[in-house]
Amino acid sequence: MKILFKIIKYQFHDLSRSKWIIIYTSFFFLLSYSLFTFNKDFSRVLISLMNVVLIIIPLVSTIFGTIHYYNSKEYIIFVLSQPIKRSILFLGLYIGLAIPLALSFVVGVSIPILFNLGNIKGGFDVLIFLFLAGFFQTIIFCSIAFLIATLNENKMLGLGFATFSWLAFGAFYDGLILFLLQILQDYPIEKLSIALSMLNPIDLARLLVVLKLDISALMGYTGAVFQKFFGGSFGTILSILSLTIWAILPFYIGIRKFSKKDF
Amino acid sequence: MITFKNCSKQYGTLKALNKVNLNILRGSLTFLVGPNASGKTTLIKSLLGLVKPTSGEIIVNGRTLNGDYDYRKEIGYVSQIANFPENLTVEETFRMVKDLRDKQNNYDEELISDFHLELAFDKRLKTLSGGTRQKVNVAVAFLFDPNLIILDEPTAGLDPVASSLLKDKIMKESKKGKTIIFTSHILSEMEELAQNIVFLLEGRVFFNGTIEDLINSTNQQNLERAIASIMNGAEK
Repeated sequence: MKILFKIIKYQFHDLSRSKWIIIYTSFFFLLSYSLFTFNKDFSRVLISLMNVVLIIIPLVSTIFGTIHYYNSKEYIIFVLSQPIKRSILFLGLYIGLAIPLALSFVVGVSIPILFNLGNIKGGFDVLIFLFLAGFFQTIIFCSIAFLIATLNENKMLGLGFATFSWLAFGAFYDGLILFLLQILQDYPIEKLSIALSMLNPIDLARLLVVLKLDISALMGYTGAVFQKFFGGSFGTILSILSLTIWAILPFYIGIRKFSKKDF
Repeated sequence: MITFKNCSKQYGTLKALNKVNLNILRGSLTFLVGPNASGKTTLIKSLLGLVKPTSGEIIVNGRTLNGDYDYRKEIGYVSQIANFPENLTVEETFRMVKDLRDKQNNYDEELISDFHLELAFDKRLKTLSGGTRQKVNVAVAFLFDPNLIILDEPTAGLDPVASSLLKDKIMKESKKGKTIIFTSHILSEMEELAQNIVFLLEGRVFFNGTIEDLINSTNQQNLERAIASIMNGAEK
């Protein structure tokens, strides 16, 4: 346990000085700041934030996560030549990456909100859920990144898979669902569409926020079905549960592979 | 101290190690030689548990390696290419390395001062040259005063001054009774140090003995020629 905290501590030291983390934080700061400048309605700001966050966080987490793992390869070999358990190192590297990324997001978005605290009436519950969604996106896509990097020794191949997984969840998947719904429109497909949206972490995170906002126009098909079938709070719990599974599963496979792998 | 028993490692169709039987005695100074891709690094990595042999077993200090990590307490390892988190300073790197191991009363910091690494203490790893980074890497391996020191191409990237300082250090530690294994493909450079030579070729141990034995058995004048003649013989 002590070793785990030490690995995380030094990862934290390292990443907090990385220029990419600083750029990432300032991106969220500028985004949130400019949205507040152009928009006085807090819930609209949150919706716009959500739309950007659900694209950017998965992108940065997968790409940066994969690159970070590859850059740490010699360090990994060094640590593994010490009396340290492999799974502890993997967990340490993972937490040491996911926490700074998640913090960048929360800090970057929060500062402009603190500046504008006077203008905001309500909507803080949605903000909490936006943070939750961002947090889940970070840990899920970091664990996907680590899984991809562990499975692929080849850097270019790994980066390719990382980019593809982001595109697949972020863009192709929605297209696929629309296409399916179009073909199957004569059949009762509500249950199918729920199942399909649970298979996409980005959709799940969107649901998490949208269910709180109660704006049906933004829900999309799956959101509306979710609302209808489970109602607000059960739908929320269900999506949090599925998101948790999404974070744990790739991480679990990754840590198993890491423990058996040759370096 | 170290025994390889029928150790094989296969990557796809490539046999990196092919039924290696090897015994390395406590307190010996072993020079692991072989051309590129002869299995030197695989041998060392399987000793460290970084690579898991396909078959056979490795015994270190009477313990058969089975995925346990405790035995690595007594090992100091210098890898071919080393790197530490790039935004840490040199001083923080040394602190980190000490932190990652159990507390020890005295650290061997001789190489830090010999290499004048104090001058680079406040520099970040990513700003260092390859040679300075290798100095950090080497100094870290000796820090814990380990009983078994494994160096994989330690002089690659070091300037002649640093390289001779390292060789002096290796001799000194060897005289204290430490077990040392090192590799290099520059034969002449390391010849002066080695007591034992282990010559690997295509994953097999081709020769294991002292330098004199090797030179006498091949009727050549020096180590380089002796090894060249073994390699020629192997090709035929």
